[in-house]
Amino acid sequence: MIQLTDIHKTFGSNHVLRGVNLEIAKGSSMVIIGGSGTGKSVLLKCILGLVHPDQGTIMVDGQNVETASRDPFLARFGMLFQGAALFDSLPVWQNVAFRLLRGSLKRPKTEAREIAIEKLRRVGLKPDVADKFPAELSGGMQKRVGLARAIAADPEIIFFDEPTTGLDPIMSGVINDLIREIVTEMGATAMTITHDMTSVRAIADNIAMIHEGVVQWTGPVAQMDASGNPYLDQFIHGRAEGPIAAVR
Amino acid sequence: MIRLLASLGRAVMGALASIGAVVLYAAQTVSHLFRPPFYPREFLNALIQIGWLSLPVVGLTAFFTGGALALQIFAGGSRYGAEEVVPSIVAIGMVRELGPVLGGLMVAARVASSIAAEIGTMKVTEQIDALTTLSTNPMKYLTLPRVLAATLAVPVLVAVGDSIGIFGGYVVGVNRLDFNAATYIKNTVDFLEGWDIISGLVKGAAFGFIVATMGCYHGMNSGRGAQGVGRATKSAVVSASVLIFAANYILTELFFAA
Ligand SMILES: Nc1ncnc2c1ncn2[C@@H]1O[C@H](COP(=O)(O)OP(=O)(O)OP(=O)(O)O)[C@@H](O)[C@H]1O
Ligand SMILES: [Mg+2]
Repeated sequence: MIQLTDIHKTFGSNHVLRGVNLEIAKGSSMVIIGGSGTGKSVLLKCILGLVHPDQGTIMVDGQNVETASRDPFLARFGMLFQGAALFDSLPVWQNVAFRLLRGSLKRPKTEAREIAIEKLRRVGLKPDVADKFPAELSGGMQKRVGLARAIAADPEIIFFDEPTTGLDPIMSGVINDLIREIVTEMGATAMTITHDMTSVRAIADNIAMIHEGVVQWTGPVAQMDASGNPYLDQFIHGRAEGPIAAVR
Repeated sequence: MIRLLASLGRAVMGALASIGAVVLYAAQTVSHLFRPPFYPREFLNALIQIGWLSLPVVGLTAFFTGGALALQIFAGGSRYGAEEVVPSIVAIGMVRELGPVLGGLMVAARVASSIAAEIGTMKVTEQIDALTTLSTNPMKYLTLPRVLAATLAVPVLVAVGDSIGIFGGYVVGVNRLDFNAATYIKNTVDFLEGWDIISGLVKGAAFGFIVATMGCYHGMNSGRGAQGVGRATKSAVVSASVLIFAANYILTELFFAA
């Protein structure tokens, strides 16, 4: 279980997170929605310890993120970054198998390559991309390689920062199914950021809507349409009028 | 007046803080030398990038410098006994000072900039964050291999540069100044002492450490966007060059003042 209590984060004069409280149950799929620039990506980075909150505590299975031993802690996580963040000096398959080629999860090169190609297939990429370099791929393909890298070592907890942005509708469907499958079949805990309402309905057990630095609404996806929350309603229906200003 | 003092104080505090940060960063880098895991492949890669590929520029610089040095010493009133003075001063000047300093500066221009740009780009495209989430310490994977490679490779570059520089002096001496070839070589060899050469190589190691550390430090602390990377690159080259001159003075004081 991931537990966020009263998380604050400021960059200069930009008060991004202003007291976020959230719980994500083990083996469930949480989707975070919210306007652009509201601090969703920053929130995920706080949980991974890449960004240190100014205030508040984050517990993962009773372990405090700030004090946990880094290596075993991070070994449980997989993360897809918003910009894919592939290592452009390494070919695609070595990106995907990065974890399997070094450190505690190291295994023989041929085996790591086979796993990489299998993961690439799961995100809808053919084996021939394995030996290309990231710069030779399209944006959507890079995103999917990032996704394959995030799931390569079968982590317990996986974060997806906008997994379907930049993908065509069919590929989005494939990725949504994949994320759902990882949660239901492998029992992983997932946190996904997305702006795509189709994805939200396909992936989520629960959703949390962030606005003005706090969680405005959180609950099961089934109750999303009848929440009565004006922020959430405006967001789901994509209306220009409502409590959320269009210019931020 | 008070405002002036306050802003002066702020500037001094800022400078001290960044010196502290750099020293801490360098100390951390060295500490990773003794704690596994290590990344030998990254180290070999860095060795090729920093050492092997810097050979042409260091060699060319040294060749022309040695030649110019011979002309200057000859022109500078040493015509009496020039056959002896030119080779010995070219050798000493190259080996003690110009070899390491010019080699260090050329490596600073070539290597500090490319390291800072590469790591800075990795930083702004979240690749450094990605490394961390993949249980790989960026200090071990990116910084240590580069710093170690530069510290080991630059002395070798300096040694090669010294030889080529002396050869440059020889070419000019024999072809332009009509010195006897055998005498030139004899005077060079007789005059040089082991310590001249070793002190130059130690300087080279120090400069290599400085260059790679500044490249990595500024890259890792790069601001956001292309502008941030540009600034990091510039800072890396400028600070590496200035630190090379400062370190050169301190090391010369240590080695030769007594
Ligand atoms: N390292 C940083 N330094 C300074 N400001 C930052 C940093 N990281 C994020 N911010 C700021 O924090 C705010 C939230 O950023 P974040 O990337 O979390 O937004 P987001 O909710 O993920 O938006 P989007 O949906 O567009 O991805 C932005 O205003 C951004 O400028
Ligand atoms: Mg984001």
